[in-house]
Amino acid sequence: MGNYLLVTIQVDMHDRLAMALQEDLTQMISDTEARGVLIDISSLEIVDSFIGRMLGNIAAMSRVLDAETVVVGMQPAVAITLVELGLSLAGVRTALNVDAGMDLLKAAV
Amino acid sequence: MSTIPQSLAIPGILARDEQIILADWLKEMTTATRRGDLIKDNELRAQCGQFLKLVRLATQTAGSNFKASVWDPVREMLADVSRSRALQGFSPTETATFVFSLKRPLFIRIQEEYKGQPDAMATELWAATELLDEMGLYTTEVYQKSREEVIRRQQEELLELSTPVVKLWDGVVALPLIGTLDSARTQVVMESLLQAIVQTNSRVAIIDITGVPTVDTVVAQHLLKTVTAARLMGADCIISGVRPQIAQTIVHLGINLLEVTTKATLAAAFSVALQRLGVQFVKETPKS
Repeated sequence: MGNYLLVTIQVDMHDRLAMALQEDLTQMISDTEARGVLIDISSLEIVDSFIGRMLGNIAAMSRVLDAETVVVGMQPAVAITLVELGLSLAGVRTALNVDAGMDLLKAAV
Repeated sequence: MSTIPQSLAIPGILARDEQIILADWLKEMTTATRRGDLIKDNELRAQCGQFLKLVRLATQTAGSNFKASVWDPVREMLADVSRSRALQGFSPTETATFVFSLKRPLFIRIQEEYKGQPDAMATELWAATELLDEMGLYTTEVYQKSREEVIRRQQEELLELSTPVVKLWDGVVALPLIGTLDSARTQVVMESLLQAIVQTNSRVAIIDITGVPTVDTVVAQHLLKTVTAARLMGADCIISGVRPQIAQTIVHLGINLLEVTTKATLAAAFSVALQRLGVQFVKETPKS
């Protein structure tokens, strides 16, 4: 979508899938010179500490490649789990849904 | 002469003198701790009659061994009586007296039965005392248990009642907290707030702590967790209703609330929320 990359996670993430996503995404950002990445995790219902850290890592890597990351549509249960795990995803922008996320990206870039 | 408590005279006495004992017992209860305001006469009479019948049946087969399964109906009945009295507002003493006041009528019967046989009478009295004490203690136990159940249910109801999430504006929800925050309540608070954020699609959530009496490190930690969870979902959190004393405590305890927007009043928090949504209010000036 223009200068932005859109990632929708539809299945339960397992570790290898998360690693693959990280690889593909960083490759894609450098290929397309994208300025923003929007990750939709509204279908994601189970997270563990690894996936939580992965989300943080992806955001940090994108920033190094000069792209803003917005995570949108996090479920309440997922948010509670991440907080209980002590992961606050400090550097990651968040939004309620894809619309709000796009607005945020447009404003940031 | 009976030396083993199992070969009691109680069943025989009960079978023969049931009506007399029942009358004496009712009289005894009237003089002791009868609560005419809480239980009706005929209801009590029916209860006592039923109880005596069950005790007779049980003693006939199992003697005074209260643990035996034959005593199950008696135990059930005692539990029923005790539970209903706990709910009706009887005190524990009044409930246990239901059983203990049976002592005198029963003892008088035993005394008459064993006139001139002090040894046998002592054995019988001892067995009867033991049995009645055990039943009395059992009623107290059940009484306490049912009271605890009431308390637990009320606690749960309180938990439900105390976490209403209200919608203030399109995109703004508020959560007025009242009472002390513990882990169990924080969990409920967090869940209902996050659920409300999803349902109402709100970008700003206000947590009002005007009704929270004290903020210690644990409460602050819980608040911060809730704020972080809301942020992860993409909603901004504002904490409002911070009283001066609470502000002092927070600083003295060294709690870091720098990353959270805090406001003194709900009104101030609401105006910040509207600002973030880009909503403006203009006061209408009367045209001259």
